[in-house]
Amino acid sequence: MSSNQNNRLETGGRIDRSKPLTFTWNGKQFQGYQGDTLASAMLANDIKVVGRSFKYSRPRGIFGHGAEEANALMQLGVGKETIPNPRATQIELFNGLTATATNGWPNADFDLMEWVGKIGGKMMPPGFYYKTFMWPEKMWMTYEKFIRKAAGYGKASLEADPDTYDKMNRHCDVMVVGSGPAGLAAALEAGRAGKRVILADEQNEFGGTLLASKQTINGQPASEWAEAAAAELAAMDNVLCLTRTTVFGYYDQNFLGALERRTDHDGMTAKSGTRQRIHRIRAHQVVLASGAIERPLVFANNDLPGVMLSGSVATYVNRFGVVPGNRCVVMTTNDSGYQTALDITAAGRTVVAIVDTRHNPAGRLVDAARAAGITVKAGHAIIEAKGSKQVTDALVAPIDATGENLTGPATSMSCDLIAVAGGWSPVVHLSCHTGSRPQWSDEVAAFVPGPTIQHQHLAGAINGEYTTAGALNTGAQMGAKAAGSEAASTYDCGDESVCPAQAMYLVPHTKPVSRAPKQFVDFQNDVTAAGIELANREGFESIEHVKRYTAMGFGTDQGKTGNINGMAITAKNLGKTIAETGTTIFRPAYTPVTFGAIGGRDIGELLDPSRHTAMHPWHLDNGALFENVGQWKRPWYYPQAGESMQQTLNRECMAVRNSVGILDASTLGKIDIQGKDAREFLNRVYTNAFSKLAVGKCRYGLMLKEDGMVFDDGVTACLGENHFLMTTTSGGAAGVMAWLEMWSQTEWPELEVYFTSVTDHWATCSFSGPNARKVLEKLCDDVDLSSDAFKFMDWREGTVADIKARIFRISFTGELAFEVNVPANQGLYMWQKIMAAGEEFGITPYGTESMHVLRAEKGYIIVGQDTDGSVTPQDCGMHWVVGKNKEFSFLGKRSFSRPDTSREDRKHLVGLKPIDPTAVIPEGSQIVADPNQPIPMDMLGHVTSSYWSECLGHGIAMGTVISGQHKMGETVYCPLADGRVLAAEICSPVFYDPKGERHHD
Amino acid sequence: MLHIYCPYCEEMREEEEFSYSGEAHIARPTDPESLTDAQWGDYVFFRTNPRGLHHEMWNHAAGCRRYFNATRNTQTYEIHETYKMGEQPTVTGGKP
Repeated sequence: MSSNQNNRLETGGRIDRSKPLTFTWNGKQFQGYQGDTLASAMLANDIKVVGRSFKYSRPRGIFGHGAEEANALMQLGVGKETIPNPRATQIELFNGLTATATNGWPNADFDLMEWVGKIGGKMMPPGFYYKTFMWPEKMWMTYEKFIRKAAGYGKASLEADPDTYDKMNRHCDVMVVGSGPAGLAAALEAGRAGKRVILADEQNEFGGTLLASKQTINGQPASEWAEAAAAELAAMDNVLCLTRTTVFGYYDQNFLGALERRTDHDGMTAKSGTRQRIHRIRAHQVVLASGAIERPLVFANNDLPGVMLSGSVATYVNRFGVVPGNRCVVMTTNDSGYQTALDITAAGRTVVAIVDTRHNPAGRLVDAARAAGITVKAGHAIIEAKGSKQVTDALVAPIDATGENLTGPATSMSCDLIAVAGGWSPVVHLSCHTGSRPQWSDEVAAFVPGPTIQHQHLAGAINGEYTTAGALNTGAQMGAKAAGSEAASTYDCGDESVCPAQAMYLVPHTKPVSRAPKQFVDFQNDVTAAGIELANREGFESIEHVKRYTAMGFGTDQGKTGNINGMAITAKNLGKTIAETGTTIFRPAYTPVTFGAIGGRDIGELLDPSRHTAMHPWHLDNGALFENVGQWKRPWYYPQAGESMQQTLNRECMAVRNSVGILDASTLGKIDIQGKDAREFLNRVYTNAFSKLAVGKCRYGLMLKEDGMVFDDGVTACLGENHFLMTTTSGGAAGVMAWLEMWSQTEWPELEVYFTSVTDHWATCSFSGPNARKVLEKLCDDVDLSSDAFKFMDWREGTVADIKARIFRISFTGELAFEVNVPANQGLYMWQKIMAAGEEFGITPYGTESMHVLRAEKGYIIVGQDTDGSVTPQDCGMHWVVGKNKEFSFLGKRSFSRPDTSREDRKHLVGLKPIDPTAVIPEGSQIVADPNQPIPMDMLGHVTSSYWSECLGHGIAMGTVISGQHKMGETVYCPLADGRVLAAEICSPVFYDPKGERHHD
Repeated sequence: MLHIYCPYCEEMREEEEFSYSGEAHIARPTDPESLTDAQWGDYVFFRTNPRGLHHEMWNHAAGCRRYFNATRNTQTYEIHETYKMGEQPTVTGGKP
């Protein structure tokens, strides 16, 4: 094991040197300390190359210290626990942690693709994939496989995640995002005012930049002040403190999503409880104190390992006791770099020089650096980094005051670390999520949040307030404002004066951009200044187009460090200002959210509730296979040992035709309708008349949308003069309920009518076949079941197996049939009683598949299978169900006479009898008139239902055919994908018992 | 996720409880048979799609199951008001 943390300082930082932790990186063991991130531990061990770049396979190193890190994406853990692509800078070190690079082949340190990148680099401009691999089109799939393997990021596990995740709903008065100086001050004000406050921060402890600061706050060391503030907030009952919690999305009306990593710091899987939790937060007021991210500068080879953000270097030194190099050159456009140089010097390492693009830097920090003996090269810039797998030299050249031109030859400085301070970009991401466009501020030289309708307040660096006292004081003011009070505290951090910064993005080189070594803008997507220039030259001027063409700002990084530089380069190329060029806007999520957390507990059986009928246990016991109908589990068929599916269906169907079969019909939607105007209401929503439906009678009804198309169907029974029971399709029940309620509430409030869904209240045993009556007779003796007394489409109340039941004589099979409805609690009992009574007749349970066959033999439609929202009653030959003389113009009626609805050459639903009696045409087959017509053939329609009919001895089908009702007896063809062509004769869809004698028996 | 005030329940509730039900104030013609095809087609098929204020129906589907109206800004998603069936909006952006 390598335990020599060469870059670790003897003292200092918020790590515990008494608690060493072992971790494995790319198969080798290393040591870090409690309090480290994986990134700080890797830097302590002088690990330079942590991955390969996306397109060019260039070696990349750790570059930031938090969410802005674009290079150090890890494959964390192995096997089912593994997580792809977390940033090393955001992974808290734990003992036994294992990580590998997400890319690089054969490995990150030696990567063959690098040579492809070097040789092919010139050949891989933006739009390369579109330009090259899209042609020939057929080869795209082949190319893509290769590209994915070569480029790819981490891999997700294919095994089930061993952890649990959950979600919590939260409400608060004030939500504070970020716990740096601004966030802490805001939370303190709101908390002290007694408001319900939630404070969330992505790091393991509150304090943000204060944790790595050497400043004082009202005379107290900054980190101590932060600890005291955090302790005060933790002690408040009205404040919820969420560390390790990233607010990843800000949605409409102050709704925020926050991901809390509860146990990630403690091992790969949670020892107990949930690993991660999403807090769904509804806040009255939101204070955004999300800070700012430091910008890199765009110079040649600025992606070499050893080139880092200046503030990140300072953070590693001060917070983790790690100096990521021994000889550092600082490149800066502002005073931030000076503080880093001072921190490195204080840590006993060498600062070769501060290269400042400004010509006359002066003031507090500049003086301090000079006093510390640091060389300051004013009016200079690093134009290129040198090295192969890490920085070995910096090429420094003088530049003019505009920062656009070199004014002298470059000189080389030997170094192993370049700290870059290019200014700061406010983290405006969250404010963008609600649709607010960021605005350019010349004063801040960055985009700041734009106007919003949310109850949102901005505090600290997100609004360009970069001094610690400024962040604290605006934080206090905004926290108080959000709480409806006045700020009680003011803060002083001593002299924080700075020399004005220079706005600088692309650093000039001795060669033009297109010839210079690569100057990277977006590290994660390998977008270079030359690439953006080319895109602009090719006519991509809108920043949104530039983004999509070059892929700038894509991926898990979302342009955190690159976007502003890219926009500045585009603006310069187009001769516009950045404000004119504008910005793309950021969408959720700020940093990636695991699918485990998004799923939460809504996985497996809890993903979607499944509904079971009262008889479900019986179906299970009797070997039923199930079909999903909406959320219902319906018995599909009941195979017996050794039976094929078709054999089962044949047996089930023949039992119904020859004796008696039984179906669990409980899932049919049932709506109880009452009120003195119920009858009139039904008249309006159904195509046929209900005015004269007598108590004890049932009627089949068809429901249309206003466009005249079939929407639902079912049988409605008249239970009393003002009382009806409507049945709907199983899948359409909820939609029909909402439909009826809508018309009742919005158009016809004057009709007194009430709707109650009673689908789950009743269990329905539907048994049909020539022996159905004999079965019922054994169980029921208080209803005259004779054919004359209890007619088809009648219903009776009676006692069945000693239970009060509603008996409906309705049929969906074409046979004599009864539906016995009992309260669901008695459904299983009733089913068992009917099975026992039917035993002597060989009563046979059948499922939805046989039900489909039996109804298709009779030509009964299934709404949603034989209709698709474009079928009128006339189209499916159901003129008989449309009332001609109804007084009220029922829903959809007026549309019948629209030209498109009334034309004769619409598609009609007809029967199709295969010419080959053994053939069953696949459902969905297209129907054509001439199978020899060259492709594309003229389509006449398609097959909607098709089955083998055992009782008829041939296949049967229904389908839509243009003018089908006028083509009876004609032959049409179904060309199949396998080359066969099946011929069929157009016929009536009623294949079985066309006179309907059997169900009247 | 929207936060919607149900004028019948008189409470702010989460969007998950509601379902959207299209443009509001589209009255069904009292005598459809007297309309031309164009007039009927206009009622059945055509809806406004404004950028800005929009009066629309919502149903408190997982609550009181009442339909009500809302005035919502389709650009900002701000809900300016909700009001009961049969009532008129007060936020109209200057339009009658």
